Amino acid sequence: MAILKVNNLYKSFGKLDVIKDISFSVKKGEVLAIIGPSGSGKSTLLRCINQLERIDKGQIEVCGDRMIDSSENGKVIYSDNELLRKIRLNIGLVFQSFNLFPHFSVIKNVMDAPIHVLKQDRKTAEQNALSLLEKMGLSEKANNYPFELSGGQQQRVSIARALALNPQILFFDEPTSALDPELTGEILKVIKELAKEKMTMVIVTHEMAFARDVADNVIFMDEGKIVEQGRPCDLFDNTANERTKAFLKRYNER
Amino acid sequence: MTGEDLLKISKLLLEGLGTTLSLFSLTLILSIPLAIIIAIGKLSKIKILRAVLNFYISVMRGTPLMLQLIFIYFGPYFLFEIKTPKAFNAALVAFVLNYAAYFAEIFRGGIESIPIGQHEAAASLGYTKNQTFFRIILPQVIKRILPASSNEVITLIKDTALATTISVTEMFYYANGQANSRQSLIPIVIAGVFYYLMNLVLTMIFSRLEKKLDYYK
Repeated sequence: MAILKVNNLYKSFGKLDVIKDISFSVKKGEVLAIIGPSGSGKSTLLRCINQLERIDKGQIEVCGDRMIDSSENGKVIYSDNELLRKIRLNIGLVFQSFNLFPHFSVIKNVMDAPIHVLKQDRKTAEQNALSLLEKMGLSEKANNYPFELSGGQQQRVSIARALALNPQILFFDEPTSALDPELTGEILKVIKELAKEKMTMVIVTHEMAFARDVADNVIFMDEGKIVEQGRPCDLFDNTANERTKAFLKRYNER
Repeated sequence: MTGEDLLKISKLLLEGLGTTLSLFSLTLILSIPLAIIIAIGKLSKIKILRAVLNFYISVMRGTPLMLQLIFIYFGPYFLFEIKTPKAFNAALVAFVLNYAAYFAEIFRGGIESIPIGQHEAAASLGYTKNQTFFRIILPQVIKRILPASSNEVITLIKDTALATTISVTEMFYYANGQANSRQSLIPIVIAGVFYYLMNLVLTMIFSRLEKKLDYYK
């Protein structure tokens, strides 16, 4: 069953076409990695699906709910607010720059949305938050504030915060790009754990070895288009596509 | 000057202090909500509204408060030939309009200084617009604008002395009067001590508040 379906998506900023006719889908339990050079539209694609950008044309469906449709004359039709909200809660998003709430303690960051958005009772939310923090190896940090944590720890809190709403699909927007190289490992480990538990995930990343390792499918994007799409072994080792080859070569040379 | 004189002067100044304090507190109570509305208006997408508010703020910040006091006090008579308002009311209107302009700029700057990522994180977690503003944004704004706001509040205490210009009987009005009639600087010095003490208290309150919000960065 497809958790996410994207069809013929277009998005431009002014005259700059950032996403040109992108279609793909993600099955339940699948891990999809999106790779590509900076400015290829990867992050914008994620932001469109997460309702942080308005699209120009196309369809997006999440868990069978039609989020955005386009009429024949090209007009974009967003679903009503109630459905958009429901869809939003089915989607989790982990940002490159964590975006934790600095005035909330670690545990409050994780349990505030369950209490005020999902209307869970405080005890349930707190227990759930504690077990998520334990899973992230952050039990002792529950009462600290974000500024007291390392970048890697902050990112793990933000993953716990997203998981606390029980999303059907979790998006990662370059989750390790703001981290020192020695801290990226701990985030990648967490994502691998989630993959083992069959969490459906879409990961925009520059970590090629990681993408190859954890993803069931890989999309290579360039200049707003999907250049190639396939299993990691096909795309990383046996690609016939010249652009993919050139991109991977640049990476391997670094 | 005898001790009795000093007591007399102090008593008179304290009488004026009541007016000073009510001008001060009423200005705060009225200008802060007005400033929030103006700040939100300035952040709105309505161009005309933004232009009007920009003009209002630039006039308030670009002309002397003393001039504004005189204009609001005498304006009604010269412009519309209606009765001159009570001096205190005219002063209050002038102070509220003037301080709302300054506070509005502080609030707007504070709201805009919160990184867009905070709004986006809140949105992606399903917070409503109201929840986002009141739970996520506003608490952070308050922490950021506290130092600038305390400056304004301290200046306001001192600015109330300007109301003397239109004969509001606040503390400085009496101090000035006594200084003239007694040919002495002492009433002015006593008033100075009172202003200083009030601001000492205010500074203490604000630094406490800042410390209280120091638990996060």
